[in-house]
Amino acid sequence: MATAATAHHDEHPYGIMRWLCTTNHKDIGTLYLWFAFIMFFVGGAMAMVIRAELFQPGLQVVDPHFFNQMTTLHALVMIFGAVMPAFVGLANWQIPMMIGAPDMALPRLNNWSFWLLPFAATLLLGGLFAPGGGPAAGWTIYPPLSVQGGMGTDFTILAIHTLGISSVLGALNIIATILNMRAPGLTLMKMPLFVWTWLITAYLLLAVMPVLAGVVTMLLTDRHFGTHFFDPAGGGDPVLFQHVFWFFGHPEVYILILPAFGVISQILPTFSRKPLFGYDSMVYATGSIAFLSFVVWAHHMFTVGLPTAGELFFMYMTMLIAVPTGVKVFNWVSTMWRGSMTFETPMLFAIGFVFLFTIGGLSGLMLAIVPADFQYHDTYFVVAHFHYVLFSGSIMAIMGAVYYWLPKWTGNMYNEAQGKWHFWLTAIFFNITFFPQHFLGLAGMPRRIPDYALQFTEFNVWSSIGAFGLGLTQLLFLYIVVRTIRGGKKATDRVWEGAHGLEWTLPSPPPYHTFATPPKVD
Amino acid sequence: MFMLRLAKLRHALLRVTSAVSLFFVSTLAFAEYGFNLQPPVTPIAREILNLHNAIMIVCAVIFVIVFGAMFYAVFAHRKSRGHKASDFDESTKVEIVWTVVPFLILVGMAIPSTATLLKMDDVTESDLTIKITGYQWKWHYEYMDKGVSFFSVLATPRDEIGRPMFSSTGFKAGDAKNANYLLQVDKPLVLPVDQKIRFLVTTNDVLHAWWVPQIGIKKDGIPGFINQMWARIEQPGTYRGQCAELCGKDHGFMPIVLDAVSEQDFNAWLEQEKAMMAAAAAGADREWAKAELLEKGKETYDKVCASCHQPNGQGIAGVFPAIAGSKVATGPLDEHLHLVMAGKPGTAMQAFGPQLDDVALAAVITYQRNAFGNNTGDLVQPSRIKALRK
Ligand code: HEC
Ligand SMILES: [Cu+2]
Ligand SMILES: [Cu+2]
Repeated sequence: MATAATAHHDEHPYGIMRWLCTTNHKDIGTLYLWFAFIMFFVGGAMAMVIRAELFQPGLQVVDPHFFNQMTTLHALVMIFGAVMPAFVGLANWQIPMMIGAPDMALPRLNNWSFWLLPFAATLLLGGLFAPGGGPAAGWTIYPPLSVQGGMGTDFTILAIHTLGISSVLGALNIIATILNMRAPGLTLMKMPLFVWTWLITAYLLLAVMPVLAGVVTMLLTDRHFGTHFFDPAGGGDPVLFQHVFWFFGHPEVYILILPAFGVISQILPTFSRKPLFGYDSMVYATGSIAFLSFVVWAHHMFTVGLPTAGELFFMYMTMLIAVPTGVKVFNWVSTMWRGSMTFETPMLFAIGFVFLFTIGGLSGLMLAIVPADFQYHDTYFVVAHFHYVLFSGSIMAIMGAVYYWLPKWTGNMYNEAQGKWHFWLTAIFFNITFFPQHFLGLAGMPRRIPDYALQFTEFNVWSSIGAFGLGLTQLLFLYIVVRTIRGGKKATDRVWEGAHGLEWTLPSPPPYHTFATPPKVD
Repeated sequence: MFMLRLAKLRHALLRVTSAVSLFFVSTLAFAEYGFNLQPPVTPIAREILNLHNAIMIVCAVIFVIVFGAMFYAVFAHRKSRGHKASDFDESTKVEIVWTVVPFLILVGMAIPSTATLLKMDDVTESDLTIKITGYQWKWHYEYMDKGVSFFSVLATPRDEIGRPMFSSTGFKAGDAKNANYLLQVDKPLVLPVDQKIRFLVTTNDVLHAWWVPQIGIKKDGIPGFINQMWARIEQPGTYRGQCAELCGKDHGFMPIVLDAVSEQDFNAWLEQEKAMMAAAAAGADREWAKAELLEKGKETYDKVCASCHQPNGQGIAGVFPAIAGSKVATGPLDEHLHLVMAGKPGTAMQAFGPQLDDVALAAVITYQRNAFGNNTGDLVQPSRIKALRK
């Protein structure tokens, strides 16, 4: 990606200063994507530690306290370090090119949004080396346990603040860009779906990141400055933390998935050679999901002892989200229906997404049923559920997006056979890892435990073997990406036969500055 | 001749099939390794199971229909088979259908779910009330108005768990594990069958969740607040569960064991417990010898304190202080007594005064002051604790 732009005769500094000072959306997109990629491997390594410990009953690898740090950091790193920055990276690269803008609306802010991230990551991971180790209270950092934690918890809180500032600035920039910099004629209802989903996501970010910052600040003052927001001994309430946290946390789930919906809505029409089915209803469905995501937060808390009326309300609202989500899935399938499909790697990832994400969606519907949730809650059933929506959802969509746009970014085609290997190995190992976890949860295995009763052994062995395979497979992904950046068959401007949209009218790779004069859209 | 060959063939076939089925039985054993929720033993747990099964089937049917269509398209509508793309991109009619039909299905699911939930939340008219208090990392059970209460702690020997590679104490493989590995306690919760039992759950420190799958109950314990739930157990038996809310280092090591017995047996058990508690209280009044105290102290330490301060008294650097050479355990006795009885608020060091009886407290403090090289020679008599409590 880096070499792509240098091939052109644009003015920009070289070397390290180029990356430190850059205000170019393509450079910043590249930085975000590499940062996410590195964090993906860091978080993945933690997952390997977790699966190694769970390979067999008994404690073999790490002690329980370190195990808890791994589960906590694995989640934080993957959510805030890998998935969110990856989507912002995609937005940076793609949104200006898709709407015919020369760059992001606020380029300097863009630079700062990115460069906050390495500091945040250092704080987050630095906690591991603090006395008492890293945060160990789960990524949800529920008090009172998180009040007991060592200095690593404070590091985490400050890291979350930093990440939050980065996200809010990034979101502002995306909104400003989309609302102000579209090419003439590109009305809102003509925007590519990826742009639409990001617009809505950016509003979600603006709405909830400050809430997260607020609640972790309250935690910080409870820890050090004698407040009792969450301490019953001083008139506080530990459950208050959960309400506020999940008021952030549930929209966060959609922050992690809506851009993925956008990606899939770009890829499927291209390789089906057929327009997206139900564009309008896709936009409205995205909006409804975003709206509903603010009124379902307590479905993460059915066992805390909510009043019956509250449980019913949150159950009904959560079930309702299935309607717009269903609309999306039906629209995707209809897009493929009677198309003229080919199955290049991005398409494989998109189909894999629709299939596997729907499994996660359906288990999510099961989790919404309060009486049944009393059996599922805090078990491996939930772990399986959110990996189906986050790995085979968000992460597989990101992988599909990388294969889809990498030829545009670099001017080189990736190796198709290798890409397919990557897809199939990922899909197979993913299912070996996570499908058995549904059974584990139903059979009664709680989540976040370093050791387990003997009846859970078999499925844990499967799950660990799958996880090691899944982890190794991602090295292939790294190899493919690096090789494509270095060279390969030259890509055409359009890249894919069925591709439509402004980004495909640009050369591959696009010049450092594009759309200095806006294109006309009719 | 032919018959002989046939018999041989049948024999071989039998061997193969039994080997294959043995493989499946041992690796996928349906009976032992559940694919579904554990068998219910209360009416509510049974309703939950039925609800779960019904919803799962509905989801599976929807899934098969949608992806049947998708995979049909993937095979039939591909370019390599010369399929030409049509260009339709909307249809208000079908879009209305696939908004309305799922909505109706959801309403169909919501009705029985609501009915079950209303039953679950009705804790009135109970026959017996148990107060459950979660501690890091054990459960305390109090039989309300019956004068019986006790702690229930993991009983799996540490040697079966083993010690991990990356730990201060060094690797030691776990011994062969017994069938109830990690799901056994020193003293189970004993409950009568066929009575409506109300549970009140709270905690003393962090969040915990009390979960026994077969009776269909999972509720968070929250310090300062009390949650309620109920169960009517239909079959005598032993039912096992675990803490389901992350509660720190030994979250995976605080199981729940519940013995459901007939009403008669339950009453007999209650009497026996009361007698035992009276005997223990009497022990506080006599003078204890040093050896006696140390023995009882080690027992208490290993059971109650070692999960944090470690069996060798070395603690875990940065998290739990060492007792060996500790300023408190080798300093003034009064401070040591006070710390153990009152705990240190805001840390994992709990107040053990309300948790342990006079003998156990005297013994464990004596032990800490004389073990791990802390040779202070101090003795604490149970009578001193008793006096301190006043
Ligand atoms: C849940 C974990 C936990 C358990 C169980 C526990 N402790 Fe502690 N203990 C702590 C922590 C944490 C501290 C440090 C408190 C502080 O910050 O000063 C501590 C401190 C102490 C100290 C002071 C050590 C020093 O040098 O500062 C003593 C003595 C002590 N505990 C005794 C006991 C006894 C006796 C028991 C068992 C009856 C016990 N503890 C059980 C967590 C625990
Ligand atoms: Cu949620
Ligand atoms: Cu727990």
